[in-house]
Amino acid sequence: MDHSRKRRIRLVVAATAAMLLASALIWTSFSAGSDEKTAGQLLETARPGETYTLAGTVAPNSIVRERGVVWFRILDPHRRVSARVRYTGLVPDPFREGRGVMVKVQVGPGGLRGSVDTVFIAEKDSMITKCPSKFQVAPEELPRGAPEDLLRAAPST
Amino acid sequence: MATVGRALLILAFALTLYGIAASLYGARTGARQWVDSGRRAMYAIAGVLTIAFAILEVAFLRSDFSYALVASHSSTTTPTFYKATAVWSSQEGSLLLWVWLLSLWSSLVLYLTRRSLREIAPIAQAVLLAFCTFFLTLVVFFESPFTALASVPSEGTGLNPLLRHPAMMFHPPALYSGYTLFTVPFAFAVGALVANRVNSEWIQGTRRFALAAWLFLGIGIVLGARWSYTELGWGGYWAWDPVENASLMPWLTGTAFIHSIMIQEKRGMLKVWNASLILATGTLAIMGTFLVRSGILDSIHAFGASTLGGPFLALIVVMIGGSVALVLWRRESLKSEHSIDSLLSREAAFIVQNIVLVGLCFVIFWGTFFPLISEAVTGTKASVGPPWFDRYVTPLAFVLVALIGIGPLISWRRATAANLRRNFTFPLAAAVVCLVALLFVSGTTEQPKALFFIPLVAFVLAGVAQELWRGTSARRAMSKEPPPIAFVSLIRRNRRRYGGYIVHAGFAILLFGVAVSSSFEHNKDVTMKPGDSARINGFDVRYARAWSEPLPEKIVFGSTLDISKEGRHVATLRTSRGFYPSQDPSLGILGRFFMGEAESEVGLRAGFGRDIWAVVNPDLLPLQRIIDEGNRTFRAAMQEALADGRADQRAIDQLFLLRDQAIAGLSNQWVRRPWESDFRLIVSPMATWIWVGAIIVFLGGAIALWPAPATARSRVTATYAAKLARDLARS
Repeated sequence: MDHSRKRRIRLVVAATAAMLLASALIWTSFSAGSDEKTAGQLLETARPGETYTLAGTVAPNSIVRERGVVWFRILDPHRRVSARVRYTGLVPDPFREGRGVMVKVQVGPGGLRGSVDTVFIAEKDSMITKCPSKFQVAPEELPRGAPEDLLRAAPST
Repeated sequence: MATVGRALLILAFALTLYGIAASLYGARTGARQWVDSGRRAMYAIAGVLTIAFAILEVAFLRSDFSYALVASHSSTTTPTFYKATAVWSSQEGSLLLWVWLLSLWSSLVLYLTRRSLREIAPIAQAVLLAFCTFFLTLVVFFESPFTALASVPSEGTGLNPLLRHPAMMFHPPALYSGYTLFTVPFAFAVGALVANRVNSEWIQGTRRFALAAWLFLGIGIVLGARWSYTELGWGGYWAWDPVENASLMPWLTGTAFIHSIMIQEKRGMLKVWNASLILATGTLAIMGTFLVRSGILDSIHAFGASTLGGPFLALIVVMIGGSVALVLWRRESLKSEHSIDSLLSREAAFIVQNIVLVGLCFVIFWGTFFPLISEAVTGTKASVGPPWFDRYVTPLAFVLVALIGIGPLISWRRATAANLRRNFTFPLAAAVVCLVALLFVSGTTEQPKALFFIPLVAFVLAGVAQELWRGTSARRAMSKEPPPIAFVSLIRRNRRRYGGYIVHAGFAILLFGVAVSSSFEHNKDVTMKPGDSARINGFDVRYARAWSEPLPEKIVFGSTLDISKEGRHVATLRTSRGFYPSQDPSLGILGRFFMGEAESEVGLRAGFGRDIWAVVNPDLLPLQRIIDEGNRTFRAAMQEALADGRADQRAIDQLFLLRDQAIAGLSNQWVRRPWESDFRLIVSPMATWIWVGAIIVFLGGAIALWPAPATARSRVTATYAAKLARDLARS
């Protein structure tokens, strides 16, 4: 077999292999990917058994902890609705009320479409909390040194 | 001084514009004095930016809150070490660090190449100055680190608690050094393509910079992984987070480049590939910076949504478009001088290794950008998680480790049966023995990943050991040196080759740590109060006592755990969670000390056999009622002290004292009447080998990077002189 023919065959084999692998990669990413939804979208469209990525901010006064389980609500950034989440596993350090989070969830048992009481069961350890570097206090909101604000930096104990 | 800082940045910006004009004019007309002037402009930029950076650093160290950046990223109670590192914790400060490092590395490469690469260097110089212009545009017009506050606050916000880790001193500068150093070979590749000097001259001139970029980026990545393991409180070292991936992608293509340039140097092959690879690596380095700053992908690391996405995107488009156009323009000159002789050769192994590395990069790229891709295709943002990455990365990593072992053993051009027998028998035997031994270890057969990975690691280590043994024996035979001296001389005289082999050994050890720790890790979440016990992987964990520490910068709630096995004490772990005071007045006078940002301190007993890891997550809800009551009492007392519009200083001082006593009392509740807390416990076998392997990789990288001894250099120079003389005589 001449050299250029050999090269062409090698190229075709390599290109075919690369195409097949790339197709597998694309196919599995679309089938394995979990859709990112807001609380409102999830309440309206979530189907039992499907996994979704719920994104939003943790609602004020909604965090309750009980023996390894954390309950909280995630607010929809565009609408005045929130979804109730039952989370197990490690809670990231920056997690708190008002913080942007993403968590993988499924509709809990007995969940009803559209009902704000539907509980979404979070996948263990699936929570991502947004970086705190973007919630710095704006300089104009910083204390001005007035005595009444009692913001002396730290206790002297 | 903020005005001086701003003026220095504007001066540096003006110098970059002058430098670009001078370099391009010099390159076009061949007037060396203009090229030299452009190069000196780069030295001046480095000097000016050094002063600007020093001004900002001093402002942080002095807690000068007239700088908006200092007020929002530091405080008087921030320890000095972290004040020094807080400079690069912000968007503005990190951009200044980027451009400062870029100017320093660029000055170094331009100084070293001032008498060589005469046609390539002026263009490369203009490209490097253009990068400086871009970043200076950002810090001058978009995100100035020298913004001054009209009204100076008495206290700053403080450094983000998650950034208070010793790695903060080295992780960002190492990553940025890696990114900025990759722009050096990128710029010289552009120069070589524009000047149509596409032989291996530009590679030899910048090879060491590519290696340094690879080394620094690798150190940055590993430091980040270590930081994650010991600080973030989730017990892992890699999460396939977009920002982590962004740093890994240029490192992978950079690794491919470092290997494939050897083929161009030796055989004059893969010119298109090498040029494309380094252009892609440079672009990926900028893309990494873009990902962190644009906020287009959700990441725990990102600086969040900002206005910088647009400018970065424009730069990336220019880099990709320009790179493709240049390679197409010079495609005739980039044709290979030779073709591959046999698939059983080192060249073929390198090519397959390059394809695997680029394949890995593609997988990671696809998974990282999948939310954007899916949104563009389906209209819905979707993301893929770690299992998806693992599905593709694991088999590719298997092939990669096998090639790490094969590469140093197989001959250049064509391997004969005798060569294969001679070089592969011992490493293959080591792998087989290891596999058989593993089959007898309980539990390994249920973990196929580890079962196949460990013999591959044995294959790599045996191959490297064989090469070192043979080299040392040959050296001893020649020089009659004792074995240790012969070993050191061998490495010293061929640093690139043997440094590379050490890197291979270290990388195999690192992946061994990853494979074993991820396959055999045990983790357990438990809820305990002092006196309670839990059991994990044969270890008894007893919650010995609770403790608290009201420190100036944070209030710490800690737990001490006693670890034992079969009644024998193994370790005592101290884990804690520190609460930093918030500046939010709505949390109340007491509440702001307990409701601010929190940071976990991991209790870790590291060992060569296993790591025992624990973290506590104390819930402060039981204190909430007392805190609320305290807030109300102090608010009322404060209003009384400020009655009639004038402050009673004595009463206020008294209140401060009482407040501090209340804080101490509240934190002491955790010790006197401890309540249940959640813990995560992890037993991770062989995790320490990840860090040991990384240290070996960097040691090997440093050996390969270190300049050859003077004697060897002069021998090379003499050989080159003789070749030149022969060529001249022929002509």
